[in-house]
Amino acid sequence: MSAFRVEVRVMPRAALLDPQGQAVEHALHALGFAEVGHVRMGKHLVLEVTAPSRDEALARARAMCDRLLANPVIEDYDLAVDGEVPGGTAR
Amino acid sequence: MKRVAVLVFPGSNCDAETLAAARAAGSDAFFVWHRDTDLRQADVVILPGGFSYGDYLRSGAIARFSPAMGAVAEHARAGGTVLGICNGFQILCEAGLLPGGLMRNARQRFLSRPVWVRVEQTDTPFTCLYEPGEVLEIPVAHGDGRYVAEPGVAAELEATGRVVWRYVRDNPNGSTNHIAGVMSAGRNVVGIMPHPERRAAPALEGGGQDGARVFLSMEARHATQDVADVRAVDDRHLRV
Repeated sequence: MSAFRVEVRVMPRAALLDPQGQAVEHALHALGFAEVGHVRMGKHLVLEVTAPSRDEALARARAMCDRLLANPVIEDYDLAVDGEVPGGTAR
Repeated sequence: MKRVAVLVFPGSNCDAETLAAARAAGSDAFFVWHRDTDLRQADVVILPGGFSYGDYLRSGAIARFSPAMGAVAEHARAGGTVLGICNGFQILCEAGLLPGGLMRNARQRFLSRPVWVRVEQTDTPFTCLYEPGEVLEIPVAHGDGRYVAEPGVAAELEATGRVVWRYVRDNPNGSTNHIAGVMSAGRNVVGIMPHPERRAAPALEGGGQDGARVFLSMEARHATQDVADVRAVDDRHLRV
């Protein structure tokens, strides 16, 4: 068993209005950051997960997301384990 | 007289008014703590408004796993009547007992003010004493009140007549199709974002009593259903 650091990023679904992101976007523009385009805002959770392997830690974290951490009706999520996005590079 | 269970979660804050509104309508209403799994033969279960678990993670996301919610799901599956008001509506959506979800108000701000809703469906356990198309003034008090459903789901709700109340004059939270309340495919689970219990008591007459018939409907509708149930078993007068 090892301890893994699983990071969960939960975002409002792209098709849905994100008023928080919009408010931040307007505030940035008001401060003169004209280079900022679209801003979207979500949640970031950091979980310490004990599991026999990295893949198992990932599988358990997915189960947690599907059950509780994200609501698929309104949100999407992605995961990173120990700083690595599965199948990709460092986040 | 119908038995009405008003669920109480940590952070519920409309439970007392909801109980009072049900009692004023003639119901035998009682509280059920969220850790109880016995709904005590309730005919109707009401999930009241409030901020269960401080709205942490998402409104209703944690409350939906309360022990009592297993019993509520069973009650609903058996065709039992359920009403979710505000946070109760959010919990029912999180539990998958109603379609769609509730997100942050489009204009970000928490809203606590009267709104106007039109009664779109009167063949429900909570609206059968209203006239179709009647416009009611009842208050909202929510930060996460924007009802959203995928286009396919919203179209199905419209096509099957499951939008129960719709905002008129203005849409306070930016909800899909101005939806203020919906019901399940079985038409027995109903959710509403505004607070009918806050417009149900004579003491609140200054604000009107447009919400009272939600609770009176609940009593009336069940009486009718009971008669139908008795007839359904060939004059043997057995309750099914």
